Amino acid sequence: MKYVDEYRDGELARAIAATIAAEARPERIYRFMEFCGGHTHAISRYGVEDLLPPNVRMIHGPGCPVCVLPVGRIDEAIALARLPDVTLCTYGDLMRVPASGGMSLTKAKAGGADIRMVYSTLDAVRIAENEPDRKVVFFAIGFETTTPPTAMAVLAAQKKGLSNFSIFCNHVLTPAAILAIFESPEVKTLGAVEIDGFVGPAHVSTVIGTRPYEPFARSYRKPVVISGFEPLDVMQSILMLVRQMNEGRAEVENQYIRAVTRDGNLRAQAIVADMFELRESFEWRGLGQVANSALRLRDAYAAFDAERIFPIARSNAQDNPACECGAILRGVKKPAECKLFGTACTPETPMGSCMVSSEGACAAHWTYGRFRDAAKMRAAE
Amino acid sequence: MSGVMRPVGRKLDLKNGRVDLTHGSGGRAMAQLIADIFHVAFDNEWLRRADDQAVFDVPPGRLAMTTDGYVISPLFFPGGDIGSLAVHGTINDIAMSGARPLKLTASFILEEGFALADLKRIADSMGDAARGAGVPIVAGDTKVVERGKADGVFISTAGIGVVPEGLTLSANRAQPGDVVIVSGSMGDHGVAIMSCRENLQFDTDLLSDSAALHELTALMVATAAPSLRLMRDPTRGGLAATLNEIAHQSDVGVRIAEGAIPVKPSVAAACELLGLDPLYVANEGKLVAIVAPEAAQALLAAMRAHPLGAEAAIIGEIVADQNRFVQMTTSFGGGRIVDWLSGEQLPRIC
Repeated sequence: MKYVDEYRDGELARAIAATIAAEARPERIYRFMEFCGGHTHAISRYGVEDLLPPNVRMIHGPGCPVCVLPVGRIDEAIALARLPDVTLCTYGDLMRVPASGGMSLTKAKAGGADIRMVYSTLDAVRIAENEPDRKVVFFAIGFETTTPPTAMAVLAAQKKGLSNFSIFCNHVLTPAAILAIFESPEVKTLGAVEIDGFVGPAHVSTVIGTRPYEPFARSYRKPVVISGFEPLDVMQSILMLVRQMNEGRAEVENQYIRAVTRDGNLRAQAIVADMFELRESFEWRGLGQVANSALRLRDAYAAFDAERIFPIARSNAQDNPACECGAILRGVKKPAECKLFGTACTPETPMGSCMVSSEGACAAHWTYGRFRDAAKMRAAE
Repeated sequence: MSGVMRPVGRKLDLKNGRVDLTHGSGGRAMAQLIADIFHVAFDNEWLRRADDQAVFDVPPGRLAMTTDGYVISPLFFPGGDIGSLAVHGTINDIAMSGARPLKLTASFILEEGFALADLKRIADSMGDAARGAGVPIVAGDTKVVERGKADGVFISTAGIGVVPEGLTLSANRAQPGDVVIVSGSMGDHGVAIMSCRENLQFDTDLLSDSAALHELTALMVATAAPSLRLMRDPTRGGLAATLNEIAHQSDVGVRIAEGAIPVKPSVAAACELLGLDPLYVANEGKLVAIVAPEAAQALLAAMRAHPLGAEAAIIGEIVADQNRFVQMTTSFGGGRIVDWLSGEQLPRIC
């Protein structure tokens, strides 16, 4: 397939792997966090770890929109979907995320709630247009990449004069989450997690540009490389991080020059800024309450805000206490270190969100990488 | 369907007519539906006898028997429809045992309001598929349910076949060292179906691979019988599900190479767009064969000489593995598991 296969070329991968192995200093350990679940998925799906020398290690970050959504928000979405005449439209990933009391959107749907899976925000607008008797709520989640499409759906609904379309807004911000990781006790004081550099998500930067990362690179002295999602992109970004560390640099570099600029998509930023404002605080699974880390609709768009239209009680439900999703999302633990991993918690019966989305660290490790655990156990025997 | 004579009276309105509850009530309307649609489409000596069952001689050997239900949406898709699929699918389930398929039966659950023109199109397609395969539909049944209780039409087919003397193929027979062969490109059927789903339409010239594989399997048995361990058609759950089933039933591991698996560029592109993996997408005219290494090349050559196996390829081998993992070397050069599918394949968010 043209323009895809080129970025998955095995020969080029071996060449980059050889360069990384040659340039990574044997006395040093290189620990890079790939922030985004899309990278976690690509690394696992293509077996990128097998191509890295043992002293270049990847730490999975919290950048999986499904994974970081706290249980309470899923509870609230289910409550919304159960209201009379409400149709909840959602991206497929969210369907199986466990809510409290063993519930999920899939189970609520089986119980009679009108929940429909859509591929695009505009599909939800179309449903509202075609079924004027339904109150259509779009379950809006995701980082900066998915916020502009949500905004476009609201604008489309406004233009069509639809009074039966609204969004349940859960959009969150990447830089705020990275800041929270830097400021988390494990990283800052306890030394439980050592992160030497970041692989930053290119799709987010197509919207926000690379500029928002510059303060981190400067103040925390950590190199950042904005990376594409094809496996060769990831390999090249790792090489760029190794070189920055070797040269003592801590800069924001752009590997994904085919779509990312320093300033990003100004038009999308303007539309988002016009429609949304910062929430003072928002709960993240794993990171807890994070200040200025999420968006809500401005007053001018209150007519499209499901949280203001419908009476839904706030849920403060918490994860199963044995579930280590929180620590895994912060990079403190690896999936196999969770007691539930592969026993009580599998993709068929997920206990935590990291086992649901294909971008979740647990699901990626279970689905693609768990043979390495078996190999390690054999080696230890 | 049996026991029915063509009743006297007006013909069915095959242009604008619709199924109603009288078509399932056992009266004249049902007799007319069966006579004008099914008997015309499936016509053979057993149906013409109009008994409640088909009676026929069976060649010597052990019988293979199977049944399968078809509830596909949409009913008509590029390269086939629910009718041809219901014939091919059951023939293939018989053929994977190495058996020669002999006879089929078909049972229809029709939803009140279903267009008779569509029913006729489906029945004609079944008749064509059955004749094309040389496996007649010799008995059947029709039921009608109220509107909303079904989705247009559901079809169940059953089949029997006869297994050649001395041949035993089973998914528990794979052994370390055996070779894994697929008969052609993976994922064609599932992607063709998805291309015309209501909320997902995209343009592709891809056709479903729906086909009866019993001639190919007969050729394979003739070529490699003592060394052929098993054959299986990777339908729902795709190649990944089939390889995991084999690993579990045979208590072995499977190692495959991504670069060796045939996938059409249009299938790869559609999967890329939809966030799917072709290894998990359904096939309806492909098979996986496990064969002892010494017979692999001869079997591959024989398969490639048949139109339905022209793109056959060796994709990997069976290994000893107490974890029963299906492991794949990616084209990129890394390793990964090819696991069972969890739930449905869902599109990713970003």
